Amino acid sequence: MEPIAIISIFVLAVFVGFEVVSKVSSTLHTPLMSGANAIHGVILVGAIIVADHSKTNLELGLSVAAIILATINMVGGFVVTDRMLEMFKPKKGGETK
Amino acid sequence: MSYFVYSLIGLAAGVCFILALKGLSTPKTARRGNIIGAIGATIATVVVFFYSKEGESLPLNNLGWILGAIAVGVIIGVPAARKVQMTQMPQLVALFNGVGGGAAALVAIVEYLNLGDTASTPVVIATVFTVIVGCVSFSGSIITFLKLQELMTTRPVVFPGGRFVIAGTLAATLGSAVWVVIELGTNPLLILAALSLLFGVLFVLPVGGADVPIVISLLNAFTGLTVAASGYVLDSTLLIIAGTLVGASGTILTRMMAEAMGRSLFGTLFGAFTAKAQEAAGAADDRPVRSGSPDDVAILLNYARRVVIVPGFGLAVAQAQHTVRELADLMISKGIDVAYGIHPVAGRMPGHMNVLLAEANVPYDQLAEMEEVNPTFAQTDVAIVIGANDVVNPAAKTSPGAPIYGMPILEVANAANIIFLKRSMRPGFAGIENELLYDPKTMLLFGDAKASLTKVVSALKNL
Repeated sequence: MEPIAIISIFVLAVFVGFEVVSKVSSTLHTPLMSGANAIHGVILVGAIIVADHSKTNLELGLSVAAIILATINMVGGFVVTDRMLEMFKPKKGGETK
Repeated sequence: MSYFVYSLIGLAAGVCFILALKGLSTPKTARRGNIIGAIGATIATVVVFFYSKEGESLPLNNLGWILGAIAVGVIIGVPAARKVQMTQMPQLVALFNGVGGGAAALVAIVEYLNLGDTASTPVVIATVFTVIVGCVSFSGSIITFLKLQELMTTRPVVFPGGRFVIAGTLAATLGSAVWVVIELGTNPLLILAALSLLFGVLFVLPVGGADVPIVISLLNAFTGLTVAASGYVLDSTLLIIAGTLVGASGTILTRMMAEAMGRSLFGTLFGAFTAKAQEAAGAADDRPVRSGSPDDVAILLNYARRVVIVPGFGLAVAQAQHTVRELADLMISKGIDVAYGIHPVAGRMPGHMNVLLAEANVPYDQLAEMEEVNPTFAQTDVAIVIGANDVVNPAAKTSPGAPIYGMPILEVANAANIIFLKRSMRPGFAGIENELLYDPKTMLLFGDAKASLTKVVSALKNL
């Protein structure tokens, strides 16, 4: 990829990242952190790519370890965030803020 | 699948992540947001299996290993996330973040080994960055986990000359980074990884218990940046977008958390080195405290017009959320005005207490945020502090040497009466003595929060 394309993507993503979370009540800080945490579990994609072109046993072993860790991060992250947010569902009589 | 289609699907996954973060910022859409994020991640993962670079064929090499490893990850990750007690959730998030950082570092190392001498300098620099930050995030998160799980001291760990050791480690880490870029070898890279792991440990050790959530959030942002750097090395737009999003939003979130706690980020990370030695707490131990029985507490509550309940982590540990709601309902039926005063960082993480009380079906309209409830303490007859300490500790206002100095607190001292439900005289998570316990208008009810509350409820019923 062209370096300028990469830099453009990076800079624009920084601003989007700043914007989307600019106003969050402290109630949601923990779920938001946990959700963002799950999103970076997408490094799983990178782990699969390197596992695909691993040539030696060492490389394969390390990439298998990376896949396991990344999967734990991604899948576990989304599940635990969902459990947290389940608590916020509107209830009879009560109203979500 | 062509590169164009592959990239387009990656972009769709990236948009899912943006919508996920956006959704997570509002209570109404939060759950949907998280699910959109999960869908994006699933799309991104599945599509890799159907794309191969020119000159290569599908299926992917080592497919069995890849699928097996994913299965192992799911088998470990899902039950951990399902079964964790809500009280222990912060350390699980820390752990998940740590393994993510570790994964990013491993990906960078494998790609480096794979490229060998053909790696271009920018790629090597990105690799070095990922290895350093990924390793710091990994070992740092492990330490935050140990602190939150109370497997090690929650107090700041400072040893003589600590700051020189840390500065030295940092210098050595950066030095070996330069070495890797110039020499291009496996050994320098492994030394770099080892030094980075050590730096991660040293970086988090001096952080005091109450500030740990801020550090988790910071390390979370770090991990995001390593994912972005991996995206550059592996030529994946999706990883660049996802990683940068997490890095940027994580940085903002870290700042917001620090502000909610009245801390500067700098103070959080380096406070332990600059703070003066704490005043000796020993002298305070001999002073008398007024302890009461459940009946005394019930009588006090029965004649109150307004009661504010201040829940803390101790309440959650004792699993007393349901009992406290029972007490609140009973008081409301007696015509007493009841509110919960929720400190932004009550529990172990910002918003943690709201999650715990929501689990016990406490109605939202009874939960008052700190800014709302603080002006009302002067009209409050009784403030019941249940398993909380640091969030009501006046030392945050009066004692510049205290680790929590500057943190906004719930001003229960303004209430006519204060009741502390505590297991013992042990100080709170931040490890500082609370002067309020010795205040003449304070009554202490010792014991497990759940058992004490049950006794208070039955005593109040009989009045």
